[in-house]
Amino acid sequence: MEKPNLSYIESMSGGDKAFKQKLIDIIKTEFPQEKVIYFKNIKANNYKEAAENVHKLKHKISILGLIKSYDLAVEFEHNLIDGNSNSKKDFEFILQNITNFLEIL
Amino acid sequence: MNCIIIDDEATARLIIRQLCTNVPILNVLAEFSNAMEAIKYLNQNEVDLIFLDIHMPDFTGFDFVDTIKNPPKVLLTTSDTKCAIQAFGYNCIVDYLVKPITLQRFQKAIDKVVAKKLSAPAEALSNQLEATSGNDLFINIDRRLIKVDIPSIYLVEAKGDYIHIKTEDKNYTVHSTLKKIEEKLPTNLFVRIHRSYIININKIIDIEDNSVLIKKDIIPVSRSNRPELMKRINLL
Repeated sequence: MEKPNLSYIESMSGGDKAFKQKLIDIIKTEFPQEKVIYFKNIKANNYKEAAENVHKLKHKISILGLIKSYDLAVEFEHNLIDGNSNSKKDFEFILQNITNFLEIL
Repeated sequence: MNCIIIDDEATARLIIRQLCTNVPILNVLAEFSNAMEAIKYLNQNEVDLIFLDIHMPDFTGFDFVDTIKNPPKVLLTTSDTKCAIQAFGYNCIVDYLVKPITLQRFQKAIDKVVAKKLSAPAEALSNQLEATSGNDLFINIDRRLIKVDIPSIYLVEAKGDYIHIKTEDKNYTVHSTLKKIEEKLPTNLFVRIHRSYIININKIIDIEDNSVLIKKDIIPVSRSNRPELMKRINLL
């Protein structure tokens, strides 16, 4: 399983520590909120809404350098749009992977 | 260039703001988490460029572009690659940035915006006198198309790269040429009497050897244009 990293955030910051921290703080705030909404929708079988949640979560996945996970999220989003939840387990494993990473930041 | 950022994700807004700090010509005026707030802002403020997310709740980026009148240049920002074809159906959309946006790709998009903006005056010049309808001529002044009643025009004067259009109640200065407006004016009403002047025949007060009095303006008549003028007036 690939590990999240801060390469993109560091490339964006150009050494600006305040920006780096601000961005991390925002991700730490937004990610759990987006995750909660996703779980709420997937539990209620609201696949269309869940697809929109996955779409938004995809950005965080890419910011944290998770290339393969991003591809999987794209696939899962399409599955949800098509009305099925295939790859759900793998996608939720990615969410847990990010949650663990953000906890130690 | 004054710009605004529209994205429901705070993370995305912060990244775009940071990218903008790397490009000195960009000045971020405001950022919005939803399109409706941005529409209100645009009703009262002029901006040159919008960074616009496509996927937003309730109101998508495309809905937004469809809603605003005379949209400025737009750079779409999205995690979705499949909307690119739809995006290029809009003249105002200059580029399509897929998240996560890199500085290099961002800079390239800004270069495209700058190139488009530089070519805009030439496009506007060719378009600004195009919109005629019956007795009306629409002229482009400060990005507004202003309707001018053609029969009320009594004089058009060339001044360098501009033309002065004088009407019964108002005068206008437009970045265009005498040749261009001559093509748009009805030949039964207007005649060129000098390389720098077109006049409305109905507004002539009197004609002397080498000049015409029109309203309060005395306009020279060139030797080469005089026969045409004499042909066009109802001479006893």
